[in-house]
Amino acid sequence: MSRMTRRGLITGGVAAAAAVSGLAVAARLARRYGLVPPDSRGIYGPGETLTYAAQRLLTRHSLAREFPRSMISQTPFANETAPPSEAFVRLQQGGFADWRLTVDGTVAHPASFSLSDLKSLPVRSQITEVACEEGWSYIAEWTGVPLAEVLHVVGTLPQTRYIVYYSIDSNWWESIDMADALHPQTILTMGMNDGELPVGFGGPLRMRVPRQLGYKSVKYVTRITATDSLKHFGKGLGSASPEGGYAWYAGI
Amino acid sequence: MGCPDSCYSPPVPIVAAPPETTTPRHAALVRVTHWLTFLSFVALLVSGLEIVVSHPRFYWGETGNDRTTPFFTIPIPASRDMVPTGYRAVLPDENGWSRYLHFQTAWVLVLTGAVYGLFGVWTGHFRRRLLPERGDWSWRAAWRVMARYMRRAPPEPGDVESYNVLQRGAYLLVIFVLFPLIIWTGLALSPAFDSAVPAAVNLLGGRQSARTLHFFVSGLLVLFVVVHVAMVAAGGFRDRMRGMITGRRAAYTGREEQDAG
Repeated sequence: MSRMTRRGLITGGVAAAAAVSGLAVAARLARRYGLVPPDSRGIYGPGETLTYAAQRLLTRHSLAREFPRSMISQTPFANETAPPSEAFVRLQQGGFADWRLTVDGTVAHPASFSLSDLKSLPVRSQITEVACEEGWSYIAEWTGVPLAEVLHVVGTLPQTRYIVYYSIDSNWWESIDMADALHPQTILTMGMNDGELPVGFGGPLRMRVPRQLGYKSVKYVTRITATDSLKHFGKGLGSASPEGGYAWYAGI
Repeated sequence: MGCPDSCYSPPVPIVAAPPETTTPRHAALVRVTHWLTFLSFVALLVSGLEIVVSHPRFYWGETGNDRTTPFFTIPIPASRDMVPTGYRAVLPDENGWSRYLHFQTAWVLVLTGAVYGLFGVWTGHFRRRLLPERGDWSWRAAWRVMARYMRRAPPEPGDVESYNVLQRGAYLLVIFVLFPLIIWTGLALSPAFDSAVPAAVNLLGGRQSARTLHFFVSGLLVLFVVVHVAMVAAGGFRDRMRGMITGRRAAYTGREEQDAG
């Protein structure tokens, strides 16, 4: 065993002090540049922060893989959802003609969109993969309005940092940062594989965030709120997922 | 020696314990990174298995789900009730913390590996201690070592202070093939990482192939750990553990000092 020398002690002490202050500076910088996820407290905070920060630096503008038509899954899987609420069933009986997407929060012109309002905006189609955190996946063609287009119409105010979105099932709500909100592949989806988006897959309106796992792609979206802080939403962890024990950032 | 008289038994050199001032059996950095890697490995294994339980079916190619024919299935119940496993039982769902733990520990493993890798290249640790010596890099030499192990004979005198060709081969395989592969196949499962580096997943043949390979490579790593621990036990568990914890060497006494771990 090596003996502890004075020089070793001093070197170690200086190194430890440098490491601690380096970490403190890094944490401050990360916070300043929006590289800290809302669920960064707790024992898994360091890992989540490293992942989110690294990916924000690496993938801010990168596009999720898109596939040729021949790779569209013949057997897509809808997964289970909570039984539809009474409100949903009523809207479904009316052919979703009364479905409304309300957009509020830090925007210049809060608004409410019907599905046909949304369809009058520029539409995008993309063939991307849905990857569930459980491990399974499928590829489908998704057609809808980029979230960025809707945000452009309502005019997000400069302080906006996150977009919160809610399912008609009030237990399912998520949020994404502006890098994902303004990303061209983040679309409010109304069509799937040349048809209307089936209810099982989130119809009539599903947020598709293809650079993150499936649970960020909330089904039956009825409300979008722009905000500068996630502190006052739910328990302040960013979305329903961390409240249920799952990471807020699901780009992994 | 536990060896019949007819069995070949090399002369056992009597070597005194090296004085305290000599270099440790394993460098401090090797010892620290070894145990960090061990802890990470255990956490990754437990959390990884827990994640597998939510969907114990594996596919090949880009996509695969409950409605697709699996490549193979682990015959256990799942923690999600939609998965067709053949069992009615549904295990408790522990994916939340398992995923948090898995990804945080992956960072510990990768950063530890980076420090170890830099150290290994910088100090010549890989070149001196792990690259097989000239003339040792042959099936014949490997077979000779294997035969010694099978006879449970003590090591050749030169092997006491260094690794033999089988050990070197195994460690090189783990450090330069299996660990890079487990990190690569794991990263390929990140949809955001794939958006930046699509080749990471495309070269593996798709998302589901990457997941299946991740599972296979973790199996190979488990196999390595089992053999590694068995060899440590065979070579003298206490001595090997002391060597890797405190760095202290023991006096060479023949069998106990067989450099197994």
